[in-house]
Amino acid sequence: MGSIAHKQEEIMGRTLAEKVWEQHVVRRAEGEPDLLYIDLHLIHEVTSPQAFDGLRLAGRKVRRPDLTIATEDHNVPTLLGPIADPVSKTQVETLRKNAAEFGLRLHPMGDAGQGVVHIIGPQFGLTQPGMTIVCGDSHTSTHGAFGGIAFGIGTSEVEHVLATQTLPAYRPKTMAIEVSGELPVGVTAKDLILAIIAKIGTGGGQGYIVEYRGEAVRKLSMEGRMTVCNMSIEAGARAGMIAPDETTFEYLKGRPHAPEGEAWDQAVEYWKSLRTDDDAVFDKVVEIDASTLTPYVTWGTNPGQGLPLGESVPSPESFDDPVARAAAERALEYMGLTAGTPLRDIEVDTVFVGSCTNGRIEDLRSAAEILRGRQVRTRTLIVPGSMLVKRQAEEEGLDEVFKAAGAEWRQAGCSMCLGMNPDTLQPGERSASTSNRNFEGRQGKGGRTHLVSPQVAAATAVTGRLTAPADL
Amino acid sequence: MDAFTTHTGTAVPLRRSNVDTDQIIPAVWLKQVSRTGFEKGLFAAWREDPTFVLNDPAYEGGTILVSGPDFGTGSSREHAVWALQQYGFRVVIAARFGDIFRNNSTKMGLLPVVLPGETVEALQAAVEADPKLEITVDLVERQVRWGGEVASFEIDDYTRWRLMEGLDDIGLTLRHADDVAAYENGRQPWLPTTV
Ligand code: SF4
Repeated sequence: MGSIAHKQEEIMGRTLAEKVWEQHVVRRAEGEPDLLYIDLHLIHEVTSPQAFDGLRLAGRKVRRPDLTIATEDHNVPTLLGPIADPVSKTQVETLRKNAAEFGLRLHPMGDAGQGVVHIIGPQFGLTQPGMTIVCGDSHTSTHGAFGGIAFGIGTSEVEHVLATQTLPAYRPKTMAIEVSGELPVGVTAKDLILAIIAKIGTGGGQGYIVEYRGEAVRKLSMEGRMTVCNMSIEAGARAGMIAPDETTFEYLKGRPHAPEGEAWDQAVEYWKSLRTDDDAVFDKVVEIDASTLTPYVTWGTNPGQGLPLGESVPSPESFDDPVARAAAERALEYMGLTAGTPLRDIEVDTVFVGSCTNGRIEDLRSAAEILRGRQVRTRTLIVPGSMLVKRQAEEEGLDEVFKAAGAEWRQAGCSMCLGMNPDTLQPGERSASTSNRNFEGRQGKGGRTHLVSPQVAAATAVTGRLTAPADL
Repeated sequence: MDAFTTHTGTAVPLRRSNVDTDQIIPAVWLKQVSRTGFEKGLFAAWREDPTFVLNDPAYEGGTILVSGPDFGTGSSREHAVWALQQYGFRVVIAARFGDIFRNNSTKMGLLPVVLPGETVEALQAAVEADPKLEITVDLVERQVRWGGEVASFEIDDYTRWRLMEGLDDIGLTLRHADDVAAYENGRQPWLPTTV
């Protein structure tokens, strides 16, 4: 078996995922998972305290503090001032103590480099093509936009990486999502990924590393690519990735941790080899035509329950599969929606623009463009993904646009993406949110979430109903 | 972690799909910095509903959770595994699991068992008909047995061995510290550091 697989590898080309994986195998033994080297480990306050406790108990050190970076994001308030919740405060202080004790770089609240963990890695140029990146957070898949393998891990694995800078893992299968055609004007990376998840389902990617390919993907900016890869986990995938190209190199060049001079040239030469060979075979291929897409929105309580904004709330009977039917029934009940209601008629109380899905500068620019000269009718929170994004937005005057429209301009953090800080929905409240999860209670107990792009979020803020910018 | 070879107990049928980790343990519970006390947060929102299955005295003491497909999707929070274990569950049976949840479970000695959808349904029905039904989950034989039924499940040899021995992954990896050091010497020179 082993030898046949080996032979096949010799005659067939390799996928991008296979190339990056092979490059990181420290040890391979028959009947065991590969031991994989980890190039970058990102840490935040929520999933790390028990891992540091484990290290202390066993008398272990962090093997490579120089490949580790920590930030405070999930718990931090987005209004100026200290953390009011004593439990959140303890968690953040615990991270500070651990970072000091183990000698790790930390970007605390108020620091110019602080922000959501998946926003700051790319901003610093720490996220580069061909790397393996992990974090105790499922949306680590974001970093795959640069052509590396990046995935979320649990706290036991966080401890493992801290202690050894490696992880034992079986290589997932490979899936290609081929996106042909071009996204129509007004249709974004967020709409594309929502459409993909609606198509393959929340379990469709389980056991796979997905490579997004095709014309529409190549045309996306780095921000757009990160939005797509970010939500790979919502399709169940272990990771999502996009082969690096000129867009990637352009984004990276000159960032604080990007290689320079001769090292840059060497790196680029290697990065250019990071593409799926023409004769490589994926375990599964999914095709989608971008030119047919329109703005997407979710109506239910998992990210696969989404539809084009022009459609209506579906009837549970329209699902053949009994499991999907039961899920739809339950979702409509939780969401307080009636089958047949046009999605455009759904009124929202709150609009949230932010998160590691859509909290980057390009997202804020596109929301500002719609809000310029208009007024919001709902509570509207604009939360930059990082302090660097915040500064850049302010330099461009976007904050003034938001404030003039009546929206709230906040400090950086995860905020209403998961409601661990004071930014939450009240029971029964409904939001249009640019985040990635519409799970029950995700934005606050009893809260109801509709996932949308930043453009749809902004247009919705203006009308108070789910709205596409073209309808304004 | 606790070793797992075979376990016999009663079950709790959870007739829901896409049981994401936000449901298993809502975010407010993740603020704790300790590793204990998470059983109180298990399915916290759903448990407020008196008809929720965990509130049904018929299933009290159940140690095997039998769920609809896509259990443990979403967030990577290992707290979901801790909550299930601390509540008393040793096994979760479903047709599909979120990958990260499944990984986290096997690190902690909570056994995730994948059975075909119809088998899970049949098992749920059997438990609903007789909540005191004894179920054996046998990792050695890779079988789930109840009544006269036997269902085989797959699990890779390595993970099975690790679970049966209750072995800590870090200790196993540290035995290969030389390989790690050798790999580190050959890393590409331009790779970034955080310093
Ligand atoms: S923004 Fe949301 S999804 Fe992203 S890391 Fe924070 S909580 Fe997780």
